[in-house]
Amino acid sequence: MNPSNHCIVIGASHAAVQLIISLRQNGWEGNITVISDEDHPPYQRPPLSKAYLANTIADEQLALRAPAAYQKLNVTFKLSTRVTSIDTQNKQVHLDSGEILGFDKLALCTGARARPLPIPGADLNAVHYLRTMDDVKGIQASATTAKTAVIIGGGYIGLETAASLNKLGVKVTLLETESRLLKRVASPQVSAFYLRLHTEEGIDIRLDTQAAKLLGDQALTQVICADGTAIDADMAIIGIGVIANTELASDAGLTVDNGILVNEFAQTSHEDIVAAGDCTNHPNPILNRNLRLESVPNATEQAKAAAASLCGIEKAYAELPWFWSDQFDVKLQITGMNQGYTEVVVRGDINNGRSFSVFYIANNKILAADCINRPKDFMLAKKLILQGTDCDAASLADESTDLKSLLI
Amino acid sequence: MPVINYVEFDGTEHSVEVAEGITLMQGAMDNLIDGMVAECGGCCVCCTCHCMIDPRWTEVTGTAGTQEAELLGYLDTKEPTSRLACQVNVTAAMDGMVVRLPESQY
Repeated sequence: MNPSNHCIVIGASHAAVQLIISLRQNGWEGNITVISDEDHPPYQRPPLSKAYLANTIADEQLALRAPAAYQKLNVTFKLSTRVTSIDTQNKQVHLDSGEILGFDKLALCTGARARPLPIPGADLNAVHYLRTMDDVKGIQASATTAKTAVIIGGGYIGLETAASLNKLGVKVTLLETESRLLKRVASPQVSAFYLRLHTEEGIDIRLDTQAAKLLGDQALTQVICADGTAIDADMAIIGIGVIANTELASDAGLTVDNGILVNEFAQTSHEDIVAAGDCTNHPNPILNRNLRLESVPNATEQAKAAAASLCGIEKAYAELPWFWSDQFDVKLQITGMNQGYTEVVVRGDINNGRSFSVFYIANNKILAADCINRPKDFMLAKKLILQGTDCDAASLADESTDLKSLLI
Repeated sequence: MPVINYVEFDGTEHSVEVAEGITLMQGAMDNLIDGMVAECGGCCVCCTCHCMIDPRWTEVTGTAGTQEAELLGYLDTKEPTSRLACQVNVTAAMDGMVVRLPESQY
């Protein structure tokens, strides 16, 4: 490999860190430059809404790797620097500092950003989004004096944030426009469980409720709902999903369609440019369809394929997606994708206590499982999905049947 | 700082300093040791930081907690001294400890 080659990585994300490590492992001898518009070295994003917000882990523990690791990898970081455009013809990136950097290979690890809520007052003080470390520092600052918080959005970020703020002693009201929590990603049964969990823990959940405007002089004082209800609030957090950061790619003429379009080797429509992580729309050979995922395992595994491609090695990305969420004392582990399910099988008592699994089924096959405080069901569900055998709903539901016995 | 000896499945040894208080998982990752996938970043949910503690050191590390033990139980590569490295905090008493990494994480 040519040691004078230069690889530029845009974004200092989970995908970026795995990509630079894999580049060196695959024998990349040239320079590597990571450019990020944040001013922190790469950090773990999942704990932001969980342990980091709840003050149980420190800044250093959030770092993805110790600083010495990056020295060993011989990587140059350009932090607080934004790439303004990519010139694919001359193979250069333009930076907001006016600087222009040439590249031989380029990796887009640009991730996603919080979806803005277009209502009046969303720019008031003490109104936050939750995507970055700085966002969470802002939330923590508000939480030191706030007695009440309103969370707008009943997805995983909203629910995890509700649990963490509750732990900090803030009284939380959560607004969800849909008729149930987690509507986009979970079954009605799982939604009902999370409603019960949060209610039991003292969170005031209001379904079918839309925030219409945020009131306050400089800082927030009230959230006004579409039906006119006013809720007093010292702070608010908006968690209504993310938008993939694809603008640099589309402006550069790369194919973008609900994410930067890549193949199973993480290659974009330009031969010298790869992409990995939340920003990509990629094929999943196990599920036989394209996905745009928001998950760390997706970012790291896809980054390995991307790094291999940049080194001329073909390594397909083919993993069953999985996700997790921590709220209160409940650890949810999800394996597979449940879209298209026609039947739901519950294993364990979903109406009492906090330990059960939900299997999502279509055409007699298990598509996915949501395992609540059931790590062993999670491990076995993954194996059952990958085996693709016909499922036996009665045995899945019967706790006296060892799931292991359903494996071939 | 305590020195931990990470041994890859092929016998490659890495003797590295790991600060007290951080986990065996982070110690391996910070030193760029192959064979520590750690997909979930240390939340005890994914089972990809599996390691085997040298039997001479298990008294120092203690044993797996409930959730950790359940996860380990479903690994094909589990051995009697298996642990999830994200659940082991490094202490001064671990200076010199030998930790093996399974082939499945490569």
